[in-house]
Amino acid sequence: MTPDRTPLLIGSVAIVLLIGGLWLPQWAMFIVTIAFGNGLVALGLMLLLRAGLVSFGQALYYCLGAYAAGGIGRFFGISDIFLQMLAGALTAGFFALLLGFLLARYRGIFFGLLSLALSMILYGLLVKNQALGSTDGFNILPSTLFGIRPGPEWVRYAVLASAAVIAFVLALIVHRYLRTPLGRLAPAIKDNEIRVEYMGASARRAVHVKYVIAAVLAGVGGALAATTVGHIDPQMAFWTTSGEFIFITILAGTGNVLAPFAGALIYGIIHTTAYDLSPNTWQMSLGLALLVIIVFLPEGLWSLFRRRAWR
Amino acid sequence: MAVILDAQGLNKRFGAVTAANQVSAAIEKDSVVGLIGTNGAGKTTFINMITGYLKPDAGRIHFEGRDITLLPPREITRLGISRSFQIPQLYSSLTVFDNMMIGLGIVLNNAGLAGFFSRGNAAVPGYGRPPEEVAEHLLARFGLADYRHRNAQVLPGGVRKLLDIALTMVAKPRVLLLDEPTSGVSAEEKFGIMQMVLEAVRAEGVTVLFVEHDMEVVSRFAQRVIAFYDGRIIADAPPAVALADPDVKRHVVGQRA
Repeated sequence: MTPDRTPLLIGSVAIVLLIGGLWLPQWAMFIVTIAFGNGLVALGLMLLLRAGLVSFGQALYYCLGAYAAGGIGRFFGISDIFLQMLAGALTAGFFALLLGFLLARYRGIFFGLLSLALSMILYGLLVKNQALGSTDGFNILPSTLFGIRPGPEWVRYAVLASAAVIAFVLALIVHRYLRTPLGRLAPAIKDNEIRVEYMGASARRAVHVKYVIAAVLAGVGGALAATTVGHIDPQMAFWTTSGEFIFITILAGTGNVLAPFAGALIYGIIHTTAYDLSPNTWQMSLGLALLVIIVFLPEGLWSLFRRRAWR
Repeated sequence: MAVILDAQGLNKRFGAVTAANQVSAAIEKDSVVGLIGTNGAGKTTFINMITGYLKPDAGRIHFEGRDITLLPPREITRLGISRSFQIPQLYSSLTVFDNMMIGLGIVLNNAGLAGFFSRGNAAVPGYGRPPEEVAEHLLARFGLADYRHRNAQVLPGGVRKLLDIALTMVAKPRVLLLDEPTSGVSAEEKFGIMQMVLEAVRAEGVTVLFVEHDMEVVSRFAQRVIAFYDGRIIADAPPAVALADPDVKRHVVGQRA
């Protein structure tokens, strides 16, 4: 077996970011932190994609995570960033566990559209809900860290550092999971479920587990986005939000757990630059970027850096 | 001899078609049984009922004394019955070696030997060796060692068949059902493949049932022949007796001559 260099790589990137982040301008910290949030959602989508499943509704869990993070602030006055992410993870995981009993039975376009439908149901419910601010959503309490409220010049860095720590810990866990037999089952499920069943494993159960993990990641990502932006609204569950996550996942490729984060960062940079240069046609720039990726790098940006040992 | 697999009074209908009509057979441990019959006679239905893919409308199936009639395929696999397929069911995007490793991973996982923190090199139950070694051992047994880094998608037909059967062996089954192991294989290769498969499988002490259309292969390798016609068993005897039976000659052998 080739030595596993990914943990080392994750650790190095984390240290570089935590130290280098101190010198980043505020706006860049914002982009990087948001990229961590989006990257977590994309990491979950990557898990599903490896098993041949495309969820067009991952915004469901992203939004649930964000509202859970906002909700514990609004109703219980809790503003600790780690508790917000924990609330996001638990809420998303709980709903995914329930909905997974339904979703894990479907494959292909049915899985995709059913997940889309569920996210649009949440969107509809939130829009109708006055207590949660309807279409306007509501503002999130300023983040605190273990009871300490960082000074204004430190808030962005504190959130960035917390995001980096959480994201890289989760990436390590997912990386480890991908090397367990259940994690390795993904391409087998994609290839041949009959054989999986006749080898003594339940493909449906494996998909259910992946679905819950993906939701937990999306929930943390949503909570992170909520606390970074300071505001949440139902748009977070809208299907175009899910589309962005798929965009990032395709852009990144499924080769490594770091790929979704790199993809999310590049997405953030393209998005910001394109919006700056041409506010009315920024979608076109994103579309062109995706087109180039699909045509020239069908396995995503990660295939550019791939070495055998990093698999 | 001890009965390892016992099917009694199996019935299965698909609409107007009776695919199994009072099918009963007791299979002795360590035997090699050939299942013959024309297409649609009920051979594969029989296999599908034993492995849990189809639920019989009536009748019971016991494996090592345990009722397995209503269990799903994965449970039956875990208990010790594996099957191969007429059309090989492989993980086509993976290499031959990884195909084996996926299966061995499932085996370790089911045995509780491959958790989140384990290194995945626990001894595989039944083989007492780490998964990589078991994979190499089985690939060598089935003559697949030279193909280990090839993608399953690009394998020649006969090799696909062998890999399909090798995959069944990772779970160390005690009963193996081979659905037309030599179909799609050239006439010259048939005997060689059958010889290799049976040697590999019998070395692990596995009881074998195989579906076969070639009567020469059947008479050479089977110790016992069960002939199906129209969902019923019309003969159940040693090959020399079964293949000489007038009903078998008319309904099974005759049509192929």
